[in-house]
Amino acid sequence: MSASSAFNDEKGGSSSVGEPEYGHDPASGGIFSSDYKRHDDLKEMLDSNKDSLKLEAMKRIVAMIARGKNASDLFPAVVKNVACKNIEVKKLVYVYLVRYAEEQQDLALLSISTFQRGLKDPNQLIRASALRVLSSIRVTIIVPIMMLAIKEAASDMSPYVRKTAAHAIPKLYSLDPEQKDQLIEVIEKLLADKTTLVAGSVVMAFEEVCPERIDLIHKNYRKLCNLLIDVEEWGQVVIINMLTRYARTQFLNPNINESLLEEGSGGDKTFYGSDEDEDEDEEEKEKNAEAPAMAKRKPYVMDPDHRLLLRNTKPLLQSRNAAVVMAVAQLYFHLAPKAEVGVIAKALVRLLRSHSEVQYVVLQNVATMTIKRRGMFEPYLKSFYIRSTDPTQIKVLKLEVLTNLANETNISTILREFQTYIKSMDKDFVAATIQAIGRCATNIGEVRDTCLNGLVQLLSNRDELVVAESVVVIKKLLQMQPEKHSDIIKHMAKLTDNIQVPMARASILWLIGEYCEHVPKIAPDVLRKMAKSFTNEEDIVKLQIINLAAKLYLTNSKQTKLLTQYVLNLAKYDQNYDIRDRARFIRQLIVPTEKSGALSKYAKKLFLALKPAPVLESPFKDRDHFQLGSLSHLLNAKAGGYQELPDWPEAAPDPSVRNVEVKDSVPEWTKCSSREKRKEKKVEKPFYSDSEGESGPTESADSESDSASGSESGSGSEESGSGSESVESEEGSESEEEEEDEEEKNKKKKKKELKKPVQESESEQSSEEEERKPERKSKQRKSDSESESDEEESESESSQSESEDSESEAEIKKKKKAAESKPPTKPVKKENKKEKKEMSLLDLDDFEPAPSPQVTPVNTFLSNSLVTDLEGLSLSDTVLSPATIAPSSALKNYELLHRITGEGLSVEYCFSRQPFSPDANMVAVQMQFTNNATSDTKNLHMEDVKLQSGMRVKEFPEIELLPAGETAAAVMGIDFCDSTQAANFQLCTHTKKFFVSIQPPVGELMRPIFLTENEFKKEQGQLMGMNEITEKLTLDAKCRNEHAIVQRVTTAANLSRVPCGSDKECSPPVPPPDHPIHRFAGRTVTSSSLVLVTVATKEEGAAQLTVNCEKMLIGTMLVKDILLALTQ
Amino acid sequence: MIHSLFLVNASGDIFLEKHWKSVVSRSVCDYFFEAQERATEPENVPPVIPTPHHYLISVLRHRIYFVAVIQSEVPPLFVIEFLHRVVDTFQDYFGVCTEAAIKDNVVVVYELLEEMLDNGFPLATESNILKELIKPPTILRTMVNTITGSTNVGEQLPTGQLSVVPWRRTGVKYTNNEAYFDVVEEIDAIIDKSGSTITAEIQGVIDACVKLTGMPDLTLSFMNPRLLDDVSFHPCVRFKRWEAERILSFIPPDGNFRLLSYHVSSQNLVAIPVYVKHNITFREGSSQGRFDLTLGPKQTMGKAVESVLVSSQLPRGVLNANLNPSQGTYTFDPVTKMLSWDVGKINPQKLPSLKGTMSLQAGASKPDENPSINIQFKIQQMAISGLKVNRLDMYGEKYKPFKGIKYMTKAGKFQVRT
Repeated sequence: MSASSAFNDEKGGSSSVGEPEYGHDPASGGIFSSDYKRHDDLKEMLDSNKDSLKLEAMKRIVAMIARGKNASDLFPAVVKNVACKNIEVKKLVYVYLVRYAEEQQDLALLSISTFQRGLKDPNQLIRASALRVLSSIRVTIIVPIMMLAIKEAASDMSPYVRKTAAHAIPKLYSLDPEQKDQLIEVIEKLLADKTTLVAGSVVMAFEEVCPERIDLIHKNYRKLCNLLIDVEEWGQVVIINMLTRYARTQFLNPNINESLLEEGSGGDKTFYGSDEDEDEDEEEKEKNAEAPAMAKRKPYVMDPDHRLLLRNTKPLLQSRNAAVVMAVAQLYFHLAPKAEVGVIAKALVRLLRSHSEVQYVVLQNVATMTIKRRGMFEPYLKSFYIRSTDPTQIKVLKLEVLTNLANETNISTILREFQTYIKSMDKDFVAATIQAIGRCATNIGEVRDTCLNGLVQLLSNRDELVVAESVVVIKKLLQMQPEKHSDIIKHMAKLTDNIQVPMARASILWLIGEYCEHVPKIAPDVLRKMAKSFTNEEDIVKLQIINLAAKLYLTNSKQTKLLTQYVLNLAKYDQNYDIRDRARFIRQLIVPTEKSGALSKYAKKLFLALKPAPVLESPFKDRDHFQLGSLSHLLNAKAGGYQELPDWPEAAPDPSVRNVEVKDSVPEWTKCSSREKRKEKKVEKPFYSDSEGESGPTESADSESDSASGSESGSGSEESGSGSESVESEEGSESEEEEEDEEEKNKKKKKKELKKPVQESESEQSSEEEERKPERKSKQRKSDSESESDEEESESESSQSESEDSESEAEIKKKKKAAESKPPTKPVKKENKKEKKEMSLLDLDDFEPAPSPQVTPVNTFLSNSLVTDLEGLSLSDTVLSPATIAPSSALKNYELLHRITGEGLSVEYCFSRQPFSPDANMVAVQMQFTNNATSDTKNLHMEDVKLQSGMRVKEFPEIELLPAGETAAAVMGIDFCDSTQAANFQLCTHTKKFFVSIQPPVGELMRPIFLTENEFKKEQGQLMGMNEITEKLTLDAKCRNEHAIVQRVTTAANLSRVPCGSDKECSPPVPPPDHPIHRFAGRTVTSSSLVLVTVATKEEGAAQLTVNCEKMLIGTMLVKDILLALTQ
Repeated sequence: MIHSLFLVNASGDIFLEKHWKSVVSRSVCDYFFEAQERATEPENVPPVIPTPHHYLISVLRHRIYFVAVIQSEVPPLFVIEFLHRVVDTFQDYFGVCTEAAIKDNVVVVYELLEEMLDNGFPLATESNILKELIKPPTILRTMVNTITGSTNVGEQLPTGQLSVVPWRRTGVKYTNNEAYFDVVEEIDAIIDKSGSTITAEIQGVIDACVKLTGMPDLTLSFMNPRLLDDVSFHPCVRFKRWEAERILSFIPPDGNFRLLSYHVSSQNLVAIPVYVKHNITFREGSSQGRFDLTLGPKQTMGKAVESVLVSSQLPRGVLNANLNPSQGTYTFDPVTKMLSWDVGKINPQKLPSLKGTMSLQAGASKPDENPSINIQFKIQQMAISGLKVNRLDMYGEKYKPFKGIKYMTKAGKFQVRT
């Protein structure tokens, strides 16, 4: 307790600046106590076995560190606590370690073993933090340990740990650059990672360690582009900057034609072209003029990858993070075709609303941009108007932008603005405004006179600074056309009496000297005055006086000879050697003596040569050779570690380097090259992955699971339906172009499907892709006699939904799109399945009561052909066929164990709706295990089943080995006792146990039975009153047709359709009535109670739903479920 | 990236330092102090200062300079944006971001900085995630901590980093489920001497306070989304959906956040809700100046203009002002020459005015510029652009949340030149 109160004292007092903190510590005995004592006290607390005391001590130590006090002598006492159980103490110890480990390397080694243990912890956050601290302590001896830890973490299952590994790379590199090669390997591996969490950090590491290895990016380029939008903000900035550089090396200049023209038409164009449109028009004309020259060049076609980058970065202009917006803006500025750069203006102008520091940086960049592309910002001219409350540095930058934007059309508004600014109280800003006016005047000939007059008026301003600045600017302007303005020069000559600012005086003197012919009477008089005050003038003025004297001597020696002599004599004895030198030099040059050399002949030419008018340039001119948005650009000097933005290549390097795999229709990046990744995302490539040749020895293992879905082909056209679907779900994350491709392919596929619905899979597949043949064959052999249509169906379903699942993490948005694009293909597939399913159900029920317990429910050859027959039927007449047969429908997958909670093991289950052969009263649950981890999982089995009374479970047979990356399936049976209570049990592997539970939807607690319409009505008559539940509903707009209703009901509950007028099954089809009634029948699994469902449709989508069931609870629940299914 | 961070107060003392790589001596800040001395106003310190071995990038917030030390090339905005995010986080945690608050919570500050940057590269900056890692101090918790001696480090390790929705923490539970949205629009304008508008634009934000259980998926639609010209989103907003349907669809972070900021297209004429009649004169030779200011409402659609505050930086020559407000109070600071007048609500029947004289330095010449006037005001229950939220729907959760939407118009940088 005493310690904590001491702490509070200390805390309370800490608000006073710079007071030594031990002064507040009663235990240490006041302000005069020595450091030793204070630290003894802390050490004691650290050594105690009370966590609260330790924590107290650590807090105080951290507070010392924060204030920059030296706490290094506590190191031994602190480092002992690194293994402390208390997570709070631990954290603070880490803070301390990272700060002082470098100074106390030997002692720091004591802590290493703790971190090494942490690296093996099952909790990913502990692994990550261990790696973080280990890599932060900067002790050279442990470099090998760090290297090992990073390598291991780079293939960790958790993306968070991999992210930490990416962070650790630059740390290790700065500690020991020798490790570069090994680190590059790790970077390469992590670059192939496709979780958004890792992407930003690894690119950061890439930029710090090996920015020159641009070749590492090739394979990942498209992936990075596609992931970009989902990466966290900071990562986005780094990736965009890197990709800018990459694109500069790999693509052609999109403005190649324009840039040639610019060179041809000369530089002044940027100033005189009135706006962008006009510019372009002119260029158009010139293009025509230069057409013959251009004809030699190939027309420019943008690389699709270049386009991909531009398209995928554009949405980020909407980011809330100014750095991201700026990064995109610079990317567009450096990479986009001229016509497209405009989009960034709006976003940049938006940033001007932000904090003043952000404004400062953005304005710097806008200033550079406005020089090259003025038109872009012209519509936003008013956003750069200056408020009196802006900080001076912002004002000056805005002024710069306004000046750059000035042209003939807007100059009058801008000048009016400038007039207001000149009256500002901020004199620095006024001076800048006068400069700006001067620049406008030189750049735009039309307003030169107006500006000059305005500036001359300023000469009578009371503020000397304003006058001085005006003089300097006027001097520059007059140089352009001196003859017209002798009266201005006269006016200025008069000012010499008043103006004291040296620069201004010097400017006036220079002007008079230069144009003394225009003011022949005044000039000598000015010189006379100046000679009088010579000794009191500033150096710069003295020089100009000498200059003036020399010039007058040359033009008007009669009047000024003596004056000149006088001035030169004064200068001869000046304190400043520059002035003495100048005087001596000029005397030799202009005063003819016998000894004077050849030069004096040319004195007049030397002094009175026509001087070119100065060009007033923006300080931001040519700054764009630095990458915009960079520190170097801001400082206009190369900062350490700056990567030059390369020039566009003359000819584009081979674009195929970015192709990740053999060119097929699959999005390249989903098939990453790293083995580890394939494991993780294996579910994503159920269809095509076999075709990658590079997997080598692992191929066979892979193909095993892949072929499960690949060999869907076994069931003919049904497969191609689901196949195309799984392709689409991947494709959602693809670029549009590729998508188009894809869609075309799908269309083709569908066409094919329609043409030959009963085709043998092999021939069909082989026509598409030859490489896959071997695997399929092997599979075919395996499942030879049995047609695995059922299994395949469910498996393909599950793998597909799984792939969606895992994708969702990174690509929710994209997936959405995929989902939208899905529906068109679905109906076909569904129908096919339904028919087939129905057939198998009938078969099994009637003839084959005992299928093997190992999920491979069989269809006989006969039934298979029946299926195909029926498929033909359904395709030719889709409306009719469902009426005769009760369709079952797609199976829904549920997640039992997520791969993150399962530490790599993911389990999904679905109610397969097959009779469970060992026990007819059980519901069959089909489970699919996927091992996403890097290590094998053994002895998968279940234990410790917790059930409600009456419920029973038939466990699935133990799976002895599930190799890494593999998938296995098993079936278990559960007797739910006709209740929706969950079955809880533990799923055990050789190392771990996971609590899981399976809760059935009510619709799965029944099995379909076959009734005729008459039988149905009879049974229904017996289940009236309490056993009947009726609900009115409005059908969902998409669910008005018969087919949809049937499908939705059968999806919601495992029921079979009662054929209407089933007595006349074989008679020719009668047109369906306007408001058909749909009936479904089934029995509950355990108690075999009848379940009868009637959906009577009415006008305008209204309908009535009736459920008759002995079990009232089941009835009510079923009504709810079906209602939901039909109304959504 | 970011090497070290120094916190410097207004009087030029470093009161906190944190290093992410090896330690940089605090003497590096001398370059900063030099620049600080050179600058006439605190906000005139350049944000980027090069020194022989380092670069200093600083931001000024709440009279505290946050000075980051950089060693090599990095986009300056990256650092600036990050520093502002740090300040926002502090503010979020401690309510205010003052020197005292930071010193009182130095341990939490240190823990936060440790989590936010790893080796100088941002790690966790989402406030939802940070709050799971480090609990923000509350009065109650501070008390409990004092007694039990625990800190604010989260006991449970967070799962947020790993979730599909990195900005939302998992396992959120509320008894009252509510979602509030504030549509706040600001008018930026420059009005010239004669009362005509030189430039005026509307910038708006939608700030949300969402306290919903579970993983709600919200959609927000507008009656007139066409008004929104340029928008920027919180990362949670699905961009594609906005592009296609102009609907904001998002899984919100828990708590307060800024959903959207927007700019109203400049084609729309901006209604200026107040006008100012002014007559400020200085006569040559006299040591007196006249000051006369009247405010009035204009185009407010019947809503009251409230919390009006007028401020003006008077010329340096003004020694004192002797004014008489018809309502509210005024203050004049003879050192900074800042005149501010707290008007309150504008009553259209009796317009507020401020009249009187200013005394000038004897013998000084008349100032050449009249001071410009900055005005702040608020109008409740109105978005000046006419933006209206159509509806808010929630998917993914079963309960019925309480929804509320509030509109407000404020003056942004509203300046009248005289």
